[in-house]
Amino acid sequence: MSLSLILIAIVLAALSGAVGLGLDRRSAWGQRLAVALMVPAAIAGLTGAGLALAHTSEPGPFATRSVAVPTTMPAGIGSWQLLSNRPMLVGVDALSAFFLVPIFLIGGLGSIYGLGYWPQAGHVANGRKLRFFWGTVVAGMALLVVARHAFVFLLGWEVMALSAFFLVDTEDHLAEVRWASWLYLVSTHVGTLCLFAMFCLLRLASGSFELTSLTAGQAGPGLLTAIFVLGLVGFGLKAGIMPFHFWLPGAHASAPSHVSALMSGVLIKMGIYGLVRITGLMPPPPLAWGGLLLILGSVSGVLGVAYALGQHDLKKLLAYHSIENIGIIVMGLGLALVGRSLGRPDWVLLGLAGCLLHVWNHCLFKALLFLGAGSVVHATGTRQIDRLGGLAKAMPWTAGLFLVGAVAICGLPPLNGFISELFIYLGLWRTTGLAGEPSAASVAVAAPVLALIGALALACFVKVFGAVFLGSARSGDTQSAHEAPGSMVGPMIILAGCCGFIGLVPGMVAPVLQRAVGSWAGAAPTPGEALTGLVSLKWIGMMNVSLAGLAILGTVVLAKRTHLAQAPRVGTWDCGYARPTARMQYTASSFAQFVLGLFHWVLRPHGQAPVLRRLVPPPAYFETHVDDYVLDGQILPAARFVQRWMARFRGLQRGLTQHYVLYILATVIALLIWTLPIHQILARLLAR
Amino acid sequence: MASIVNSLLVVVLGLNLFALGSSRLNAVIRIVALQGALLGFLPLLIHQPIGLAAVVAAVAAIVLKGIVIPIMLTSALQRAQIKREVEPLIGLLPSMILGALVTGFAMMFAAYLPVAREHSDLLLVPASLATVLVGFILLTTRFKAISQVIGYLVLENGIFIFGMLLVDAMPLTVEMGVLLDLFVGIFVVCIIVNHINQAFASMDTRRLVELKE
Repeated sequence: MSLSLILIAIVLAALSGAVGLGLDRRSAWGQRLAVALMVPAAIAGLTGAGLALAHTSEPGPFATRSVAVPTTMPAGIGSWQLLSNRPMLVGVDALSAFFLVPIFLIGGLGSIYGLGYWPQAGHVANGRKLRFFWGTVVAGMALLVVARHAFVFLLGWEVMALSAFFLVDTEDHLAEVRWASWLYLVSTHVGTLCLFAMFCLLRLASGSFELTSLTAGQAGPGLLTAIFVLGLVGFGLKAGIMPFHFWLPGAHASAPSHVSALMSGVLIKMGIYGLVRITGLMPPPPLAWGGLLLILGSVSGVLGVAYALGQHDLKKLLAYHSIENIGIIVMGLGLALVGRSLGRPDWVLLGLAGCLLHVWNHCLFKALLFLGAGSVVHATGTRQIDRLGGLAKAMPWTAGLFLVGAVAICGLPPLNGFISELFIYLGLWRTTGLAGEPSAASVAVAAPVLALIGALALACFVKVFGAVFLGSARSGDTQSAHEAPGSMVGPMIILAGCCGFIGLVPGMVAPVLQRAVGSWAGAAPTPGEALTGLVSLKWIGMMNVSLAGLAILGTVVLAKRTHLAQAPRVGTWDCGYARPTARMQYTASSFAQFVLGLFHWVLRPHGQAPVLRRLVPPPAYFETHVDDYVLDGQILPAARFVQRWMARFRGLQRGLTQHYVLYILATVIALLIWTLPIHQILARLLAR
Repeated sequence: MASIVNSLLVVVLGLNLFALGSSRLNAVIRIVALQGALLGFLPLLIHQPIGLAAVVAAVAAIVLKGIVIPIMLTSALQRAQIKREVEPLIGLLPSMILGALVTGFAMMFAAYLPVAREHSDLLLVPASLATVLVGFILLTTRFKAISQVIGYLVLENGIFIFGMLLVDAMPLTVEMGVLLDLFVGIFVVCIIVNHINQAFASMDTRRLVELKE
């Protein structure tokens, strides 16, 4: 039942944009039809995923490692086979269903958001293209999540990756957009190459292309580690784990905002899904895997947020925050893997629950933030933070919803980001309680790293919210700012509501998480303890509710008092000047300057500062940039070197077909000589 | 039966040398058409007993290579209104001698190949190798776009002869697919010939160097 619903949803989603291709370019009906197909697809998909999550059987009692390990994957509910002798192609278990929820949620909401943000009338040239690939990217992602066979998985993966390329490339008349999309295409192909290799090795180990779990006896540690490393690179390139993140900021910034929301909220999570799925198929891993993931996660988290602080582009800043949040998610997965290696089910439970819940949470609040950023771009036409300001007055809904997203992403109570980070914190603290395991205790170092990430994220969002929504307008771009239409605000309200729901009633998501974790750890010791037994979610929920109540009460009281007192309206941040101008405001760059200084050793900000020499200095300007170390410092120089080196072979390109045919002839003759027993033939010829 | 097949193959080898030696494009087109049509009879001779698949393959090959493609090439030649001479890189006589040498080499080489017993008294392998190599000579030493197509056709004929070794193993769809590919390829090239002629006022493929990056 649930699988059929999901398959119907996949077909509907894939068709949603195709229907409008035949219609007139100026007609608005193509877009309405696309939304009219995508929304039922989303509802069907969410219903299917919900049924699968509700019906999956509870994980059994705690199984120790001595218990015989089942050789097949937990079948979940309903596995769909074309014919009885064919391999199982698709199926749904709790983990698949868990990842299907964000795909269909953002797929549907983003489609509605597009009605206001990317109307066909204003985007005659590329509106149809965008909606076609929007449908296929949603279908591709859903397909890869339900895949139970390597070919189906790779099919979904490539449909997703290529559709995303065309989505990033929507505004292909801009050189910057083309550059970002080509960079994305190259990196995604490198990733897919690694996945091809990984699935081949997996087949070598398991004997089939079906995604079945491996036992320790089936493959040696070398083969398993090779599979893991290939998967880490292939999936890491998609997820944007540092140092594989280089494509991400440009692609997220260049795409239309709802596409950025989909990519950042959902698409990069497919990399996480792949990692979770593949590690779930493995026998208990060596300790080093979890350790490696913890280190990569910490590095991505800290450097992601540090780079975010250095950005001047609103969407690029949010993109770097995706890298940070992927870091947190990977830390959770790393903790779960460490727990599996050491046989600690409570670490597995807390780490993976934190990882998975953060996947949902990041999808919710990052999509909310990108949609909010989209409203800002829609209203003002610029993404430069230092050109915006004072938008809260013109766009109160957008500002309020952006604030909700910002509080959530910083991991502050009472919203959802707090809950998932709390799981990971609790898991990390538990590692200190294990006596006589120095390697495990060192895992606890990740806890302060997580705290550092949270603090830096808070600083970054104070910068963004203060510079964009508070203060007064810095440039003419914001003069004509207006509130976004209902089709754009509506999806944001739903997302903010979900953020609040998970934060205020975390007890409701606990059983879902429990099932998803149970289907991951299928071959591993299944945690017998319930999530609710490890974390008193009821009390946390009540605390969050009271905190939210206090906050709302305080706001209301404050607003009333301000209203009653009839305080005079003055410019924000005018520093006591009698006649301030908007340009004297504290800028986002200056706000971030202090933290950028702390991370000077890695960010290496460079720019131009004016030197005041004369008594009356001439006009001067000040600018700073933060280049991406991996992309601008390593990959591009390496690419230039390769290009120079390959230029030597340019001579082979003569432009004459006759020469090319000669090359083929030479190759054929070389192959003949190589394959034939030429020595014997020569010997017989000479002997005659 | 083997003697008929062998004499047919010898005729094909002779036609190779004719194709290398004639100076007029129309004549070369006709020679290659004859070669293709003769080769079309091969499946009928080798398939015993003659099945429907062999008949279909033979008829399709004869019609396509003997009638359709030559007509397309001739009309492309007329539309392009070029000098009807081949303009080879090396002279006609030297290329004939080269073709003869290559044929001899193929005979010698094939004698030492491990071939299945039922094929050992047929000339299939040497004829195939020789025709492929002659196709390569035509491709590399002629500059006009039309003569390139002819070289490609000869090359394909060589591959067709080699395919006769696998005639029992290869399903009809594969042969039909190959013929379709050939037809589409020639069709496209005939159009391109026209365009090259218009753009460069010549059919000399050496002018295409200007398109090099």
